[in-house]
Amino acid sequence: MTDDEIKALVLRELSNIAPEIDPARIDPAVNVRDQVDLDSMNVLDLMIAIHEATGVEIPEADYPKILTLNDFASYLRPRLKDRQTG
Amino acid sequence: MPSLGADIETGTLVQWLVKPGDRIKRGDIIAVVETEKGAIEIEVFQNGIVRSFAVQEGDKVPIGTTMALIETDGEAPAATAPKPEAVTPAPPKPPAKPRPAAPAAAASAAMTEPPPAARPHLRISPLAMRVALELGVDPAGVKGTGPGGAITRFDIEAAARAKTEPVAKPPAATPPAASPEPARETSRQVRPTVMSAEKQAAMRRAIAAAMAHSKREIPHYYLGTRIDLSRAMAWLREENLKRTVNERLLYSVLLLKAVGLALHEFPELNGFWIDGAFKPGSGIHIGVAISLRQGGLVAPAIHDVDQKSLSEIMASLRDLVKRVRAGVLRSSEIADATITVTSLGEEGVESVFGVIYPPQVALVGFGKILERPWAQDGMIGVRPIIMASLSGDHRASDGHRGGLFLATLDRLLQEPEKL
Repeated sequence: MTDDEIKALVLRELSNIAPEIDPARIDPAVNVRDQVDLDSMNVLDLMIAIHEATGVEIPEADYPKILTLNDFASYLRPRLKDRQTG
Repeated sequence: MPSLGADIETGTLVQWLVKPGDRIKRGDIIAVVETEKGAIEIEVFQNGIVRSFAVQEGDKVPIGTTMALIETDGEAPAATAPKPEAVTPAPPKPPAKPRPAAPAAAASAAMTEPPPAARPHLRISPLAMRVALELGVDPAGVKGTGPGGAITRFDIEAAARAKTEPVAKPPAATPPAASPEPARETSRQVRPTVMSAEKQAAMRRAIAAAMAHSKREIPHYYLGTRIDLSRAMAWLREENLKRTVNERLLYSVLLLKAVGLALHEFPELNGFWIDGAFKPGSGIHIGVAISLRQGGLVAPAIHDVDQKSLSEIMASLRDLVKRVRAGVLRSSEIADATITVTSLGEEGVESVFGVIYPPQVALVGFGKILERPWAQDGMIGVRPIIMASLSGDHRASDGHRGGLFLATLDRLLQEPEKL
């Protein structure tokens, strides 16, 4: 999966959770929670959706590292590669 | 039309999910009603046979209107669901009493739906209709798998998938694995919907009426205390490490369970003030205030919280939040709550002193968890602290007992492994 594909995936799942957002206006370099009104249940739903789509489980301890769409891409990319080769 | 909560006065029948002659059993969902608070699935509370309908699809009727005649097992046909006096909005009915026989439901016409008359034979839930419109599927060509052959959201999605093969789309919203009420799980679920301006205005009016009633009638008292959550949060972190992402718990589940258990010792906070007297709740059914993305809120009940495991409460909460945001709730969830819990921590406020939802007699509020200096045993440390509050109805309880309730809540949260 390329970075763009990962970001598109995260955006799609975000849109399912928060249908009022305009995905085109989400800045990939800015904290998602500053741009989308998400509560902890929404965040959990997002992590579950990402797990279902990619097989990657993001532990709670890593949440603070993943704030922007770019962070999602850089976090998920190596882990997706591991899965494909492993 | 059963009572659907203090702030709902009328409902519009969107559709019957059964037909005369059908055998129904307790807990079956027999109709969908549209209200200011969205679509509500009407459950029946007895076993029997549907004899006839008194309300037709599209009719808007007040709470208390007879909606259908149900012949209960071992009885001659009898009118159920009457309660003609229920029309007066002000003193809301106790959730426990009005719903007995009545499968009736009131609702306001679903915005996105064609008038029922236009599609006489089409059985489709409002949510499924919305999804059909979104996905461009003609429901007339879809085979329903829901109750009575009703077309569900999943049927629509399956039809949409059959039309176009989607790319790497995960299986849509699997129902919570540990759902405590699997038998009543229906396929009407999931995707949040955007509410129309008209509906938002209607919900605003409904909230206004209930809250004005509360502040007019209920002599509130307010108590607050800070609770050290370091043990609870440490336990939760460890516990979640052992769980897959699907099974993880949110801290609010610990709070809900602790409230449920604490209420065992304070029954005067769990129930209703009706006709000048306190009536204890038949169980501990906690209404969870859930805000909607477009504004407004509802507080549907999680039943028997004190009897449920943390995993079961989490599953109920997830299911409830999903359905609230999709705009489909069940009548028992709307009407049954014996107390409400509101948690505004997500919005970042430190404390909340809520308005009691009549005819309930108490509301528990939680603010944001904040790292704070905390002195204990002569030492100062930094701990995660939450402000817990109680809004109590002074007719039903006093501040002394309310204070003991909060102290009990604190004690329970210091032993999270026992929750």
